[in-house]
Amino acid sequence: MSTPLQIVVCGSFVPDPLQTLEPVTGPAGPSLKNEMMLPAVLDPWAGHALFEAANLARTTPGSKVWLVSLGAKAKLQQVMMTVAQKVPFELVALDGPASGFADSFETAAALATGIEGIAGLDRARLLLFGGWESASRGAGCTMQMVAERLGITEQFQGVDQIAVRDDGSFEVLERVEGGRHQVSVCTAPPALLGWATGNLPEPRNNPQVGMANMRTVMPALQRAKAAPVSNAGLTFSSVTLPKQQRQTRIVKDMPAEEIAREIVAWMGEE
Amino acid sequence: MENILLLAHTEADGSLAKPALESLATALSLGGTLTVGLVGAATDAAANQIAGCGAGRFLAVTGEAFGQPRYATDAAAAEALCRAADCPIVIAAGTSRWARALPGVAYRLGGRVDTHATSLAPAAGGVLAVTRWFYRQRMEGVLARTQRPWVVLLDPGCVVPWNGMGLAGGPGGYPACPTVEAVTVEPPATRTTVTGYQSPKADEQTIRPDAKVLLVAGAGWTKKQADGAVHAAEAEQLILAFLRQAQASLGGSKSVVDLSGEGEAVLHCMTHMNQVGQTGSTPRHAKGLSTCCHGEEPHVVGWRFVNQRRAINLDAGCGWARGKADVLYVADAFEVMRHVNALLA
Repeated sequence: MSTPLQIVVCGSFVPDPLQTLEPVTGPAGPSLKNEMMLPAVLDPWAGHALFEAANLARTTPGSKVWLVSLGAKAKLQQVMMTVAQKVPFELVALDGPASGFADSFETAAALATGIEGIAGLDRARLLLFGGWESASRGAGCTMQMVAERLGITEQFQGVDQIAVRDDGSFEVLERVEGGRHQVSVCTAPPALLGWATGNLPEPRNNPQVGMANMRTVMPALQRAKAAPVSNAGLTFSSVTLPKQQRQTRIVKDMPAEEIAREIVAWMGEE
Repeated sequence: MENILLLAHTEADGSLAKPALESLATALSLGGTLTVGLVGAATDAAANQIAGCGAGRFLAVTGEAFGQPRYATDAAAAEALCRAADCPIVIAAGTSRWARALPGVAYRLGGRVDTHATSLAPAAGGVLAVTRWFYRQRMEGVLARTQRPWVVLLDPGCVVPWNGMGLAGGPGGYPACPTVEAVTVEPPATRTTVTGYQSPKADEQTIRPDAKVLLVAGAGWTKKQADGAVHAAEAEQLILAFLRQAQASLGGSKSVVDLSGEGEAVLHCMTHMNQVGQTGSTPRHAKGLSTCCHGEEPHVVGWRFVNQRRAINLDAGCGWARGKADVLYVADAFEVMRHVNALLA
């Protein structure tokens, strides 16, 4: 039986992918139009990290999961109403921007400070989880800087699988070029795992888990510390939507054989 | 222009891959004094490969420990090269290896990092600016930073790679073997060992980043067809035959890759690695052919970087295609792809 783990998952919310997003620029820099009004969901890859963490904690008795989340408190509360029903965790809330335009360096500093503030966290047994990229900034660099701040130099990104062995070592599958996985073995925590999709489906809502989580979620939100991100030294000269509209030629009533010929000819063009 | 360090890691055969040569092209286009920093088990071949690029210095961290793509050793090597070169701008290709290691290096150096850059070029006033996408390729931003060093990872496929003009022996007359300064780095203690590589559980390769054509398959392939039956096995056969004959790459919508978890008919060749779109990848290919896909913006994101787009769909009003594709064929994809495969055979 392997040693109990302490798993800290970093993850925040992003606008629901089905929403139309429009950038606006104000005195503080770019943001999304009606950002606070947009329905939000847990960042997809951070969500996978959370579900994998919960599964790992379930199969490794004595383990515990924290979710460290940086975002506007009101929005965080709204998202937690859903997320808290999925898997057991303890929330560490940080009141700051979850915007895609917030600087990753400062975001990492805020998250690291939040993790350092977790009472009783045993760093020797720490697995730091997060999405390998967010669906907002999509940079894939915040977690590495969080880990560096915590002194963690065993790092993995684009993780799809972790298998913990009886001796406490674990095998990790990371996505690399060409649709392959790089297989690594790490002898012991602490380590950072930036998750891609993983292998687990999203858990069903469990009201009992939700009720248990909400007992800690609400107090965590109430005591959330301010974590401003100033974007010092960072300036955006423009943020624009791509020109998406193409003049689509709709081809109806063309025999399949003719369509095939047209497609093959098109494929052959330079 | 500020001095530039180009960081490049070698491949298993000791050479530099296309993304590294693309980053070199970008670095050269900026006009500053260029230093090349190489990392690998052996770096001579890589240095020779770009001997004629016009770099002022070649630095290298070499050794068996630096041959494995691994955070601790890659970060140590890159950090040492950055300190030795002392350049305010650090450019590297956005490979999985550098994407894992360089953000931490930027932190160690007190600098900043920007990833997934599609362009790095002087903007108004000569200030160096990065162009990159936000919110999963839904909006494009141009940004600049005052902090240095500024580490920029360039997405592969955005520029023409350095083409070797001025190679040793060519008209440029560059030395065949450039002088490479060895930067000594004690391999850091690490608990991680790379043990190998795995391909997804599929009979053949379906992801080809360098392919000219991306075939995007949607969940429609696994639904009931005109005869009232599901033909998932034939769908898979058609898709794989097309990939094989066209040497194309395969992408899938979220709905089709999620099917395996929902107990529905599945395409066994399709894994989460193939997923494109809002929560998948956004590969770069010259041409894209979408088949049996439905949906709106979240899926369209998946072929944001596909230049020429065509779609086969039974729904003439499909949001996936209309306004997003150049041509929409309103037809049965099974029938069309049977003919396409016959023509390609």
